[in-house]
Parts: sequence; structure tokens; C-alpha cells
Amino acid sequence: MIPTLNSSRFFKLSYAAYVTLFFIFLMAPLVVVAVFSFNDSMFPSLPWSGGTLDWYINDTEPKLGIFHDEELLESIWTSVSIAIATTLISLTLATCNAFLFERESFPAKNLLYILMLTPLVIPGVILGVSILVFSSTIANWVELQFGYDIEALRPGLTLVVIGQFAFITTIATLVISARLRKFDTTLEEAAMNLGASRLTAIFTVTLPYLKPAIIGAGIVSFLMSFENFNTTLMLVGSDAPLTIAMFDRLKEGSTPVLNAVSVILMAGSACLALLSLFVQRKER
Amino acid sequence: MTSVQSATLPSARRIGLWLLLAPILLWLSLLIILPHVDMVLISLQERVSARQYNVSLDNYTAFFTEPLYWNTFVRTAVMSIIATALTLLIAFPVSYYIAKMLTGRVKTVLFVLCLIPFWVSELVRTYGWMIILRETGLISTLFQWLGLVDQPIEMLYNDVAIMVGLIYTSMLFMVVPLVSTLDSLDNSLIEAGYDLGGNSWNVLREIVLPHAMPGIVSGCIVVFMLTLGNYLTPTLLGGKDSLWFTEQIYTQFITRFNWEQGSAFGMLLLILSSIIVWLGLKLTKQSFSKVMS
Repeated sequence: MIPTLNSSRFFKLSYAAYVTLFFIFLMAPLVVVAVFSFNDSMFPSLPWSGGTLDWYINDTEPKLGIFHDEELLESIWTSVSIAIATTLISLTLATCNAFLFERESFPAKNLLYILMLTPLVIPGVILGVSILVFSSTIANWVELQFGYDIEALRPGLTLVVIGQFAFITTIATLVISARLRKFDTTLEEAAMNLGASRLTAIFTVTLPYLKPAIIGAGIVSFLMSFENFNTTLMLVGSDAPLTIAMFDRLKEGSTPVLNAVSVILMAGSACLALLSLFVQRKER
Repeated sequence: MTSVQSATLPSARRIGLWLLLAPILLWLSLLIILPHVDMVLISLQERVSARQYNVSLDNYTAFFTEPLYWNTFVRTAVMSIIATALTLLIAFPVSYYIAKMLTGRVKTVLFVLCLIPFWVSELVRTYGWMIILRETGLISTLFQWLGLVDQPIEMLYNDVAIMVGLIYTSMLFMVVPLVSTLDSLDNSLIEAGYDLGGNSWNVLREIVLPHAMPGIVSGCIVVFMLTLGNYLTPTLLGGKDSLWFTEQIYTQFITRFNWEQGSAFGMLLLILSSIIVWLGLKLTKQSFSKVMS
């Protein structure tokens, strides 16, 4: 079962055929979504009615293209703002966590590490509802005691950021820790022997070394936030991020404008993927 | 840290430790632990009248006495287990092919190709399947064109459609750990297995599978988790009758505003997923922190 061993021609061919089928399965939905964004029909389905760019650039109903669809454009902007905020705070905490777990020793470190990993095995919907429940408990209590309503703790953008931050931090921590583990601490000691304080050494030697991992973790966090559905669904208020806006339209059966949005998303993700590959290459 | 400095600055070191500990403790307690404790407390409440609550197990008994709730729960669990098993079965040969049969550039390209769909949001992936499977979709039209059927067939809104979507959505989380564990298996061990007279089946069972076990377990846990907690794919591909448990939770919280019942459902799902993850780890003797990081 490895190339250096003989196996029958039939086996090799059928194995290759299976793998080919797998990749067709993998690519089919994406190709289909992209192709139908150019279909000149009101529905993203067959029959094919000729090619058009209307779903991108047309500016009148009923064939409103994505570049003129205010509602979707606004939801994209909402998603981007959420993703930027989530990424920034997740990265900050994740970097602290990486130093804590890789450098420090303290009692119950192992327990804390396991707790840090738990968001990975809590279903997104449950994380969402538990944060929803807890934040309203606090908000209700404050309102009852002081007569002041903390808007941020009611469903809305702040709560979405908090909910996403709760689990994205774990992933960012894992990425940054992995790089910090490979760091040669003698470099930091050398800097301190040359007169730098510990903080200066970290900022001038260690953090630059971590930069590729921080950027990589940032890209992953941004995408995870941008694409998150389950946690967001439970915490969202009146401003819908893109995934929620698209979901609402999908349920009603929308026009191929959704295909056009998807193509733009694919292009965006592809750029980020290339960027992260580029960063990783520089890392070596 | 050199011994001189740690000897001269014990208090600075302590402060540093606390500065690093404070944020993570705040995060874990405020966003993970306390919200779940609060959810347990709310799930144990019974509304007597406005702002009046009693402690009771009513929300849990409602779950066990109402067949719809109970059936949906079991159905979600069973479908998730099947989806996990099928994902493993489909992904294993592909991962083995990438890790062991290929080398160099082709290997990297195919591996990256596996990752591409997952840079795109789950919503778009599910949407793609909707276009393929719907009545006016690709497969239905293809079958009519081939003359296999004489009218459009609806392939959405059934369990097979849900299953396809779930497997597709979780494929990455199986392929990546499998490829990395299989990659670390030394080819000479496989050769030795054959030299000692083993056939493909023996080698697979005695050498490849034991070596790949950490990857298999980590893949299965993540896939199972994501499937059990999935909302989007079952709702969109299964339609109104998808009967997925997360949908019940959503209905209780958002549609019916019955947070007490919803919290009880949430706890039940969390308990179920924890038990199955724990069982998976015990049965295969893997450690949680190793599998997850």
C-alpha cells in the first residue's frame, strides 16, 4: 500500500479514481455557486438562461446586483467591523496566554490549560445561549438595582463580539503558543545581558519573532469571526452581519445575488489564504 | 530567566505572573464558566407567575415526557454518529493517499486543495449543495436529460441531503489530523509488515491504524462536536422537518422566549456531547489536551 510496493494496476487505478471523485465532490458546490452567479435568471437554478453580470453591477430591482444592494453591503460592513474587533481582542489575550502557558509555571497550570481548551468542545449554539442568558442576568440585575440599562449586554453587536471572542481566543492561543514553544530563550537572555530590561527584550526580540504566528492567528481569527453563524445567531440584535443576512434571504429563496456575494467572499478568502501562505513562507 | 534575576526580583516576577493570569481568568470565568453555571440555574427554574420562580426539574421532565423533544435529541445524536463514521470512512483513504502515495509538489497541492472549501463560509458551502440538489437543480436536470426520470425530482429536505451536507462541512476536520498522523508513520514500518508476511489488511490493522489513532480520535471528536451543534446545514438542507436539536434550542430561546426550557435543552446537549467525547477519549486512551492542541 505504499508506492515502493507492488500492487495491482487495477487497485492503483481504482484508488486514483476514488481520490479524483473525492475532489470533484469537494469542489462541486463551490464551482456551482460561482457559475450560477452569472446566470441571467431570477433563480439560482437551471435552466441556464445565458450569461450576465447583472448580479454584480445592475442597479435596479428586481435584478439588484450586489454592488447596489444596500442591505447586503451594510451587512458586509457590519461583519468586517465585528471581525476586526474580535480579532484584535482575541490576539491580545492569546499572546498573553501563550506567554503564560509556555513560560510560567504555577499551581493548577494543567487544569487551566484544559479549561482554556474547552471552548473547542462547546457547541457554538450553546456558547451563544449561555452568554445570552448570563449577560441578560447581569443587565437585569443592574437595571433592578440602579435603574440603568446596559445596552451592550442586550443582543447586539457588542454581544456578538464578546461571544465570538470567547472561543476564537482559544484557537489564536494554540497558534501563537506553537511558535513561542520553538523560540530559543537564550536570545532573550542575551538581550538582557546587553542591558535590556525583560519587557524591552520581549518587545524587541520575542514579539518580532512571534509576528508571523500573530499575523497567521489574526487571519484565522478574522475569517472565523466573519463566517461564524451559530454563536452569532443567538446574540445578534437588529444589525445583521452578512451570514445572518444571507441566511434570512436563503430561507425565503433569493435571487442569484447571493451567488455573487459568495463569489466575492471566495475571492476575499482566497486572498487571505494566499497572504497567510506568504507569511508562513517568510517564517521559515 | 537567569537565576540571578529571579533571585533579585521575586516580587516583579510574581506581579508578571498575575498580570498574565488575570486576563485569562477573567475570560474563562466571565465568558465560559459563569454563563454555563447561570444556564444550569435558569434551567432549574419554573415560572410560577410574573417574576416569581420556583426551583424545579420541570424543564427536564418536559423533555422526557414530550416525545418530540426526546426523539429529536436521539435522532440528532444518531445522525451525528453516523455522519462522523461516514466522514472517517470517506476521509481515511484520501488522507492515506495524500500522506503515503504522493510526494513533493503534487502532495502539497492536493493537501491545499482539501483546505480550499473551508476558507469559504459554511453558508456558501450549504448553498452550493442546495443548488445541486433542489428540484430545478443540477442532479435533477441531469437525470431528466439522461432519461432516467421523466419529471423533476426533489432531492432536498430529506435525511440524505442533511447527511451529505454534514459530511461535506466537516471533511476538513477529519482530513487534516489524519494526514498529519499518517505522514509521521515511517514507510519502512509498513514494508516490514509486508516482509513479515502480513497482507494489506494485517498491515492496516496492526500498523497503520494504531499509529493513526490519535489523528482518528481528534478528527472524530471535532467532527462529532461540529455536527451535533450544527444549525445551518440541517435547517437549510432538511427544511422544516429537519428535526435537529439545535433548532429546538433556537425555537425555545428566540421564537417562544422560553429561556428556562431552552437552557435545559442546552444543558442536555452539552451533557450528551461531553459524555460522547469523554467516552471516545477513554475507549482510545487519548488525552484531551493532546488531542485538541
